[in-house]
Amino acid sequence: MKSSLPIFLAVFVALGASFGGFVFGSISQLGTAKQTLVLNSTETYPVQRTGNATLGLQVYRANGCAACHTEQVRQEGAACELVLMGAGKKPDAVAEVLKEIAPAGGEFSANDLPKTLLRGVTKETADVAADKISTAGGKAEIHISAVGSDISRGWGIRRSVAADYLWDYPVQLGNLRAGPDLANVGVRLADAGIQLRHLYAPRSTVEKSAMPPFHFLFETRKIGATPSPDALPLTGTFAPPAGYEVVPTEDAKNLVAYLLSLRADVPLYEAPFTTAGPAATPTNAPVAAAEPK
Amino acid sequence: MNANEQKLCAVSEMDASCRVPLLALFGGAALWLVAGLALSVLASLTFHKPDLFADCACLTYGRLQPAANDLILYGFCIPAALGVVLWVFVRLSQAPLCLPLLPVVGANLWHLGVIGGTIAILAGESTGFTWLEYPRIASVLLLAAFVLVALSIFGTFGWRHHRELHVSHWFLLAAMLWFPWIYAAANFFLVICPVRGAAQAVIDWWYTNNLLFVWLALVGVGIAFYFLPKFAGRMLYNHYLALFAFWTLIIFGTWCGIPQGAPVPAWLPALSTVAAALVIVPIVAIAKITLKTVRGSHAQCKGGPFCYLKFGTAAFVLSSALYIVQACPHFSRTVEFTWFGPAQTQLQLLGFFAVVVLGAAYELLPRVMGFELPYPKVVRFQHWCFIAGLALLVGSLAAAGVVQGMKLADPKIGFEQASAATLVAFRVSTTGLLFLLAGSLLFAANILVMTARWKFGLLKTCLAAATAPLEIKEVRS
Repeated sequence: MKSSLPIFLAVFVALGASFGGFVFGSISQLGTAKQTLVLNSTETYPVQRTGNATLGLQVYRANGCAACHTEQVRQEGAACELVLMGAGKKPDAVAEVLKEIAPAGGEFSANDLPKTLLRGVTKETADVAADKISTAGGKAEIHISAVGSDISRGWGIRRSVAADYLWDYPVQLGNLRAGPDLANVGVRLADAGIQLRHLYAPRSTVEKSAMPPFHFLFETRKIGATPSPDALPLTGTFAPPAGYEVVPTEDAKNLVAYLLSLRADVPLYEAPFTTAGPAATPTNAPVAAAEPK
Repeated sequence: MNANEQKLCAVSEMDASCRVPLLALFGGAALWLVAGLALSVLASLTFHKPDLFADCACLTYGRLQPAANDLILYGFCIPAALGVVLWVFVRLSQAPLCLPLLPVVGANLWHLGVIGGTIAILAGESTGFTWLEYPRIASVLLLAAFVLVALSIFGTFGWRHHRELHVSHWFLLAAMLWFPWIYAAANFFLVICPVRGAAQAVIDWWYTNNLLFVWLALVGVGIAFYFLPKFAGRMLYNHYLALFAFWTLIIFGTWCGIPQGAPVPAWLPALSTVAAALVIVPIVAIAKITLKTVRGSHAQCKGGPFCYLKFGTAAFVLSSALYIVQACPHFSRTVEFTWFGPAQTQLQLLGFFAVVVLGAAYELLPRVMGFELPYPKVVRFQHWCFIAGLALLVGSLAAAGVVQGMKLADPKIGFEQASAATLVAFRVSTTGLLFLLAGSLLFAANILVMTARWKFGLLKTCLAAATAPLEIKEVRS
């Protein structure tokens, strides 16, 4: 072949297809995304991070925290629980159905309601059983929860979804877990004091931590007339020399504010789960109690 | 002058036309490879002793590691490959380099961009996007530099005397078109005019895949398909199969890269998984062509450039296989977010691409410069350094990744315990990096001594011309 123009055109189309698909496709779908509603609630998600947390994201970026930490929780599936809420007017009929659904734990008394009948079943099984109970006059609820090793480790309640990163720039999902996932670190470790101490001397809070200490985010200075209220409570080998105190810089405080704002703990349409406990109103991120002092 | 002599004369003229651009590209690249590997060694020390750089912001792991990776990719791989591509185009065109000043300017701009970008990352001014860490000003320099070199390449192609197209033309021309496209697009949508939310992550994955997998494959395989038949002393096995590999690579390969379970709409990772499965087709085709071209050849390689090319192509097939494994849903659940990913990346960058480019550079440098390599014996030694280094680095990290992944999949095993299992691997991988560093020093020594000798020769010629007694004719006039 001697003419090169057709080649250029064909190559242009072949290469450009992925540009159109992945770049423009994702921009048209995600680039115009707005806040969404929390599942079964009128609250919006996500809430804009506070000013300190937004500045903290830049500290996170500058020091390349994403080289070792991911901010994405994976989920391998969902499991359902069937919970009996009430037996209605015909407890005998319900008890009869229960024997069929859950032979092991079919008995119930009015006092121990709500009672979990089935655990770790699929949505289909739970639906069929719930239908049978309601036909018999009882009332059953299906509770959904996420399943997976990340969830079992307590790294999150549900999988991460695109909405979690709506306001962030840059979005740093990370691709290596040399350190634990941080998508929900604000829920897991909501104490700003511990976070700061962990940044200054990781091994003072986690014994075998492989994280490098970030002394450059702190200032070791002579204690003045009055000790700083921000000074870290360090003991043993981590303590500064006598007469000195370790005080976090603005960067360190902002970084911790950002870490505490990482709370993906509400159910969304694409990642549903049933909030546990009697306080069913979801806490939207970031809650006031989690703000650093 | 008979036809044969005319051709010989033309070949030396062609080679001489790329001398200055090639030295400009290779010289800086050799230094960046040394610097990148040295920073990699420093970064890996953090895992041996976490508080080593506790007081120094610019040497913290999160800055060192991206700076080192970028130095290897943008500092060494791309400019060195551009040098080889220039020479391959000159040879395929049977014409001297077109616009030889452009690549010289381009090479210097490129190196300036790399310096600026590296300093910016170490100073904490990285953009935060994987493989796109250089800030805006450095990116603009790199893009401008690439376009300048590419213009010269397209010019050489346009003015070619030998009209017939070679397979390498396809691979390399597509690559010259693709890099400015993806680099400009990714920088535009991520840095200059950022898009909202998770779309940033998708664009970064698209860019990373298209640079690290597609672009490196196009250039590396394009170079290998030019040199392998020459070394083996026979034609490339099946021209049409090579074109088939080219088309399937750019049609399927460009859609890979979005990881399983990414927090984005499900069609994106699903499409990537299908594409990754289909990429097996071009990989098998490339492996077959290489095997059929090389096997049974009587050419001796003795650790020379032929060995580099063979090893590099084998590393490409292996690294692509690991890449496909990573995209396979069954395995990705285990190896995602572990050291398996960095192992594959290092194999792709250093095992495949750097080795192919180094082999080609060792082959073409004596021809371009007109004299032999100053240390020809170290070529073989460097080859062994790279093989040993890569085996230690990639093998240990990949094994660590699998172990780490299996432990992390079991929530009963604590995170620290799972990470501790990888510590032995870091001892080995740092040793591997030291081997690679030693190898890269040998390349730098060869290049720098060659450049110095050439400059000294130029100086001597100038001096001789200046001090030579005037000819009588000139005195009279």
